[in-house]
Parts: sequence; structure tokens; C-alpha cells
Amino acid sequence: MSSQKESTARTLLVALLVCLVCSVFVAGAAIALKPTQQDNRLLDKQRSILAIASLGNPGMSGKEVKALFDQRITAKIVDLQTGTFSDAKDPLKYEPLQGAKDPNESIALTPEQDLAKLKRRERYTIVYLVETDGKLDKVVLPIRGQGLWSTLYGFIALKADMDTVSGFGFYQHAETPGLGGEVDNPKWKGLWPGKTIYSDDGKVAISVVKGGVDPKSPKAEHQVDALAGATLTSNGVDHLLKFWMGEQGFGPFLTKLRAGEA
Amino acid sequence: MSQPTIKEVLLNPIFNNNPIGLQILGICSALAVTSNLKTALVMSIALTLVTGFSNLFISMIRSQIPSSIRMIVQMVIIASLVILVDQVLKAFAFSLSKQLSVFIGLIITNCIVMGRAEAFAMQNPPVLSFFDGIGNGLGYSAMLIALGIIRELFGAGKLLGFEILPVINDGGWYQPNGMLLLPPSAFFLIGLFIWGIRSWKKDQVEKPSFKIAPQVSNKEAY
Repeated sequence: MSSQKESTARTLLVALLVCLVCSVFVAGAAIALKPTQQDNRLLDKQRSILAIASLGNPGMSGKEVKALFDQRITAKIVDLQTGTFSDAKDPLKYEPLQGAKDPNESIALTPEQDLAKLKRRERYTIVYLVETDGKLDKVVLPIRGQGLWSTLYGFIALKADMDTVSGFGFYQHAETPGLGGEVDNPKWKGLWPGKTIYSDDGKVAISVVKGGVDPKSPKAEHQVDALAGATLTSNGVDHLLKFWMGEQGFGPFLTKLRAGEA
Repeated sequence: MSQPTIKEVLLNPIFNNNPIGLQILGICSALAVTSNLKTALVMSIALTLVTGFSNLFISMIRSQIPSSIRMIVQMVIIASLVILVDQVLKAFAFSLSKQLSVFIGLIITNCIVMGRAEAFAMQNPPVLSFFDGIGNGLGYSAMLIALGIIRELFGAGKLLGFEILPVINDGGWYQPNGMLLLPPSAFFLIGLFIWGIRSWKKDQVEKPSFKIAPQVSNKEAY
């Protein structure tokens, strides 16, 4: 028995059978659960977009999130190169993060441009417009960039003047809990609304500063307190905002949108 | 050797033969996921289930596994179970699976799972092996939960996200210990736990592997 058990043919057979059974299980689970997973991922994103646009409340059920999202928010594709809306992609299906990996749909960033340490930037991205009574009320822009350990993925909501922040937050990151992870602290996120992005000469002025914001300083409206004990995460947030609000990010689009030409 | 009873295999690993405390296995994930209690709990449940079922399945086919490929066969079974857990978490607890990210996948390489499969399930019948897996999972869980409670309570002033000690940042009085939120703190805590367990259960203290010989002369060695 034991010599037969150890024979080459027997070994191969057992290996084959084990692999076969296991792969059936794994594949079965992956396929059966895929729709639920995709719904979850979408829901998670919609929830964070709504939260950043200050619509609804955090305890909403999945159905309410979906309904509110469909009712209030329009997703649109933006061509970052020209700074205009585009019909090149379907906003329901397109994944900007996939686009950033595709050499045909992204540009390589030079080290000077690459403040957020992304290496490549997609050409098309999705913005979310919040309209009230047919008028543009807010625009929610996806942003991302390197923190200390991880890439921070988030959104920033701007008011109709395309300058004043109305909401800001990250939906995915892996910064140190309690230190860099405090980017999720509602108190810190509460510092953002009301700050303005651009200075009078149109430059990106928003910044995260260490040591507290002096409310008397003329720059105070552009400044937000850094997180205590999380210098590198704070720098990351600062850089990613400068990048996405600047010339390589949404700068051209926001200028056109303000002028009504997008 | 007489066969251990179900009760023994289920309860022994919690204090008498704790996989982290005595065997010093599974430290990596114990450092990584215990910065708050919720992830520690989910990780505990996931690991307990994986250990239990991998032991069960491996024990069921133990007489069929050729010894030349037994490790790989164990690995395939464990990996399949872990993927299953990962998929289920992604489908039903999306935000938690985001937090645990890579660590669920790393259960595959967790020494406890592999160790029990090799040391117990290969020699024992399925039901007993299943409970041995669950028992070792519970031992791991006990350690993780203790770590999670201490680290979250004193590191962030919360438990399961509910505020217990109001921290200064939110206008309270408690100055949280930021180091407890960093992985190395779990090292110190595990060390203290091991000290505690071994002062309570003296038989766990290892014999010194060598004795320092008494000094034989007053002369300095040179």
C-alpha cells in the first residue's frame, strides 16, 4: 500500500485531483460572489461621493444611496488634456485607474510635474456634478497621491465658483491608524470646507501647514492644519492637492468650467 | 500514544499551548491587524475557520496524500480556503476587507495553519483534527483580541470604534499613546503576555539550553 501510494503515477493523480477540486471551489466562489462584490464596490464609492458632496447621511441603506445618487449626481467624462467634457468613454463603465496604466490613454509625468508621485496620469477621468434645480451646485473631483505607506484615493467637492472647497476626504488608504490615518477624522475633514484653492492671480494656493494656521494671516483662507505626528501623510495630501488642482490636473478644466466653456 | 479528547484539543491551545504565547507562531499578523479590535476580531474568525476546515479536509485525505508532495497538497487546500474567505469578505463586509487588505491573503503563510496541518491533521481523524484547528484558532484569537483591546483602548481611546476614553484631540482628557497604534508595540505586549502566562504556568518555561559554567579562577582570561 505504502509503496503504491508513493508511486509517481499515484503522486501525479493525487496532485491533479486536489488541484481540480480546489480550483472548482475557488472559481465557483469567485463567480458566484462577483456581482455582490461589484455592487459593494460601486456602493462604497457612491457613498463616499455623496458624503463628500454633503448629501444624505452616513447611515443610509444601500438602496437609499443608490436612489439619491441617481437622483442628484451626474457622472461625466472629462478630457484632462483639453480640459473639456468628452464623450469618448462611458462614465458608467470607464475606470480612470485602468486608463492611467494604459500608455495610449495616459501621459508620463516628468519628476517636476509629478508632485503626487503617480508616474502616469490618465487622459480621461470622471467628475461628478451635483445639480440643484438645473443649476450646477457642486462638482466632485477624484484625487489621489502618495502618502507615507500608500496611495490615498479620495474626492474633493468644490462649490459652483470652482474655488471654494465644500468637502474633502479619502475613501481608500493604508496610512498608520491613529497618525496618518487621522485623514479620516471628521474633525480634520471639517477644517476643509470654506477654504479656497486659488489665490487672486489664479495660482494653486491651498496648502497643508505645520504648526497651526494663523487666522490673521492673509493666507489663512488657503491653509489647513497638518495632522499631528503625520508629517509625510500631510505632505502627501498637500502635494496631491497641488497636483490635481494645478496645470496637470483639473486646473484647465476648472478654468473652462468657471467660464462656462467646458 | 492515547488519542487526545475533543475537549483537550479544543481548550488546551487557549492557555496551555497557545500558538502565539508558547509556540511563538503567527506573530506577523498579530502585529499587523491588532491596531483596532474590529479587524482583530474578523481576522480571528477568518483564521479559526481556515485552520479548522483545512485540518478537516487534510485529515480526510491524509491517507491518500503521498508524502513527497504533502506540503504542497496542504498548501493548495489552505490557499483555496483563504481565497474563499477573502471572496466572502469582499462580498459581505466590503469595508472590513478593505482594512484587512493583504492580511487575509497572508493567512496562507500563517505558520499556525500550516503547523497544525502538518503536526496534527496528518496523523489524526477528521473530527478531532477539525476541533484541533478550531482550538488553535481560538488560542490565536484570544491573543489577538487581548492585543486589540489594549491597543485600541490605550492607543485611540476607543473600543470597536466607540469612544471609551475621550481623547484630547476631540476635546477630552486622555492623551492617547500613539506608539500602541504602531506594529512594534504589539511585540512588547506579546512579550509581556508570554511573561504573564509563564509566571502563571511554570511548566511552560523552557529549560535553559546551556548553563554558564562557574568561574574557575580569579584570573582574567587573556
